[in-house]
Amino acid sequence: MPIAAALLSVAGLAGVAVVAPILVARRKAWATSIVYGASFVLAAVLLLCGLSALLGGSAFQGSVQLPIGLPWIGAHFVLDPLSAAFLIIVDFGAMIASFYAIGYGAHEEEPGRVLPFYPAFLAGMNLVVLSADAFGFLVAWEFMSLSSWALVMAHHHDPENRRAGYVYLLMASFGTLMLLLAFGLLAGPNGDYAFSAIRSFEHIPWISGLVLVLMLLGAGSKAGLAPLHVWLPLAHPAAPSHVSALMSGVMTKVAVYAFIRVVFDLAGEPAWWWAVTVLTLGAGSAVLGVLHAVLQRDLKRLLAYSTVENVGIVFIGLGLALAFKTNDMAGAAALAVTASIFHAFNHSLFKSLLFFGAGNVLTGSGERDIEKLGGLVHRMPETAYLFLGGCLAISALPPLNGFVSEWLILQAILLSPDLPQWALRFLVPASGAMLALAAALAAACFVRAFGITFLSRPRSPAAETAQEASRWQIRAMYALMALCLVAGVFPGPFLDALSPVSQSLVGGAMPKQPILPHFSIIPISESRSSYSGFLVFFFILMASWAAIRVIHNFASRAVRRAPPWDCGFPDPSPATQYTADSFAQPIRRVFGPLAFRAKIDQTMPLPGDMTPARLTLSLRDLVWEFIYAPLEGAVLYAAERLNILQFLTIRSYLSLVFAALVLLLVLVATWA
Amino acid sequence: MGLILAILVQGIQMVLVLALAPGLVGFTRKVKARLLRRKGPSILQPYRDLLRLVRKEAVLADNASWLFRNAPYLIFATTWVAAALVPTFAAGLHFSWAADLIAITALLGSARFFLALAGMDIGTSFGGIGSSREMLFSTLAEPAMIMIVFTVALVAGSTQLSTVAAFMVDHSTLRVSLGLALIGLIIVALTENARVPVDNPATHLELTMVHEAMVLEYSGRHLAVIELASALKLLLYISLIACIFAPWGMARQGDGLVEMAIGAVTWVGKLAVGGFLMVVFETAIAKMRVFRVPEFVGGALMLGLLGTLLLFVSRSF
Repeated sequence: MPIAAALLSVAGLAGVAVVAPILVARRKAWATSIVYGASFVLAAVLLLCGLSALLGGSAFQGSVQLPIGLPWIGAHFVLDPLSAAFLIIVDFGAMIASFYAIGYGAHEEEPGRVLPFYPAFLAGMNLVVLSADAFGFLVAWEFMSLSSWALVMAHHHDPENRRAGYVYLLMASFGTLMLLLAFGLLAGPNGDYAFSAIRSFEHIPWISGLVLVLMLLGAGSKAGLAPLHVWLPLAHPAAPSHVSALMSGVMTKVAVYAFIRVVFDLAGEPAWWWAVTVLTLGAGSAVLGVLHAVLQRDLKRLLAYSTVENVGIVFIGLGLALAFKTNDMAGAAALAVTASIFHAFNHSLFKSLLFFGAGNVLTGSGERDIEKLGGLVHRMPETAYLFLGGCLAISALPPLNGFVSEWLILQAILLSPDLPQWALRFLVPASGAMLALAAALAAACFVRAFGITFLSRPRSPAAETAQEASRWQIRAMYALMALCLVAGVFPGPFLDALSPVSQSLVGGAMPKQPILPHFSIIPISESRSSYSGFLVFFFILMASWAAIRVIHNFASRAVRRAPPWDCGFPDPSPATQYTADSFAQPIRRVFGPLAFRAKIDQTMPLPGDMTPARLTLSLRDLVWEFIYAPLEGAVLYAAERLNILQFLTIRSYLSLVFAALVLLLVLVATWA
Repeated sequence: MGLILAILVQGIQMVLVLALAPGLVGFTRKVKARLLRRKGPSILQPYRDLLRLVRKEAVLADNASWLFRNAPYLIFATTWVAAALVPTFAAGLHFSWAADLIAITALLGSARFFLALAGMDIGTSFGGIGSSREMLFSTLAEPAMIMIVFTVALVAGSTQLSTVAAFMVDHSTLRVSLGLALIGLIIVALTENARVPVDNPATHLELTMVHEAMVLEYSGRHLAVIELASALKLLLYISLIACIFAPWGMARQGDGLVEMAIGAVTWVGKLAVGGFLMVVFETAIAKMRVFRVPEFVGGALMLGLLGTLLLFVSRSF
């Protein structure tokens, strides 16, 4: 039974977490390899469990009830198609990250602050996906949050990381509170918390609606949905890079899983306004995330903001699926939900790849600020090549995998004129435009990220003396790159594998894929649209190969090296190059006034005046300013007011306790 | 036999777009020169230029990386594949379903991605300025293109260009949404091909330049391949506009060689008309400042969005 093996592996991960501190204390040299090696093996076992459950059919699925946890609930675990799909996403990421960390972890200064929490974090994520009752789910969720918080705080000497940890803790506890309330509403008065029981209830529509809102707040804050994304660009970069990859690539997917599980599976029939809410938030996150990303200087923060964008894209797909589901368009809903989960999978691949690349840059040069990098393509050729692959994939360029999932979402949008609700008819094309805008901005963002970091001339001594990363790190990245290519060139089997998931969520599935030859995929029907990543890839390879052969054989293949031309005025100083900020300047100028209230103050001294000219740029984070700052103010104000409660006499306290007791008794009496 | 013939026709299309692309550029240059009362070079001049460049040795900057050397071929290959997938003289070719209009747009995006990276490789200020501006324009031109694709796809019920062309021949009625899409597509085509109101293909050493700034460091065969790729892109866009908005004369799926020959002749005629109109437009207006371009391209995005919204309101618009 895969589920038993999966649970044993999770227990194994927890065991590794327990043993890790002892290892660190006793045998420093081997502890890193042992912990990550064990995590790698256990994640591989979990991955196999997920694969067998998704591909092997119902014989390999199943559920288990263990007599642990609360005595009157027990602990339910399930391995159905949905949890199997996300188990694969989680554990493929975990496996590769562990492999990468065998090399990367050698650079860790305080392994004792990372090693015990890493397997615990993996165990937490796996348990969330496997749990089948609200209690176990929330415990696992909190376990995942706290262990990842500990990893964020691994480098706690940096005050910025401490601030990141604080904000993360706050948002994580807020998120869990929302989930707690959501499950409380779902369980109803009987208090049966098993998912199977929740599913069988008939839910009142307004309660289901409230559950959706709570899930958007709870799971959305973990996934990084705007405007709840503020912790993400702080916390994800603060952790060690392999953990950043897991948090950005995998933990956000666990949140997506929680959202899908509750909203599609447990909360009953959706209403059309659900789709409106989800679509709006998704489209907003996509554009806001990438606009932030394109302006960042910190490589890891840039990647974290791009996660906000990709989570937005996943939620656009989920919103479409909800819209189609309420209107009983099962085929279209299946397309949207499949595209969404496929994009979640793809994002876990290329975001891990990119974070690993950033980790290599960090270990190789010690820099995260791209303004101080440059020219790394010469010093770190393999990292550069692999990072470029990740950039192509995340920018949704064919023939890689990012394009396939975004193409499928666009195809789903084209089906939406058949929706009866007017609000959706206006919102869906608008979110399509936002999606296209986000994809185009992502391309600009990653041209900038790759071009400034890896191309051009080194901008600092750190970049000039950078070292290529260890073989472990490079091999882990090759594995991800290969899968990005395979998922882009042969997407059919991936989509077919997701058909039981969409069948269970929306009661429909996409057409069985290899209808046409050459591995092409078809979203709805052959006459509407088709795409063959394989042929596109093959043609590109053949065309470039033919061009090179013909030109080299029949024309010239001579090369002469010379100083750069640069219109005859090359300047040897690397400071004359385009910087990251100057690259982003046109985009900032076009989108900045709206998105960031960008303002430029120029003070030009009069002729003859010797004071320096100044240019100051101010960008404002409107989400922080309009949502979080007032909230913070309100909390502080309330705390100030309530402060007097700390300085009362004992008589006043006693009377307060008495009053509270009376009030509660009255409440209970009137309720019953 | 049928399969071999089908693949052969597809191959002819690939060779034909490649062979005609420099001729189209030569033709537009000739017309432009005549409109400016110059004599202008021969229509064959681009072919001679390409041959000359290909035979020369390539001069690479000292710090040029592998990306710089390989990017031209990748740019060329992606553009060529995209151009070969747009129906020109015949619809429904053997591999036409390999990529729909969205994929063709994205393929051009791949070419642009590599071109912008190549511009940044040497670390000169000109390359950076070109890449940065190119990516800015694309952030508006690409969503505009997607919205135009939406408009067309909602009318024709498909994103496959062959199906769209067949639909347009059978149901050729005037529609508001298609009119908006046509204007939008022309704006996108002018932007993507670095034509006059956006960029000037005829100048070097101007701070306004975009495309030429990125390829400044290229020479010899690399430059030839990039020039050929931009010629292909021009041909692609004119063919695309012709295929969607004027698909008459194009051979249909299963038609014989006679229809294909007719299709080829009309296609060349459409290319000439398209190129001529573009040059007349270019000669009549001035180049814009760089920061006016986002408004111009943003207009295309709005037109595309408006077209799509109209179709969401009613399929009959």
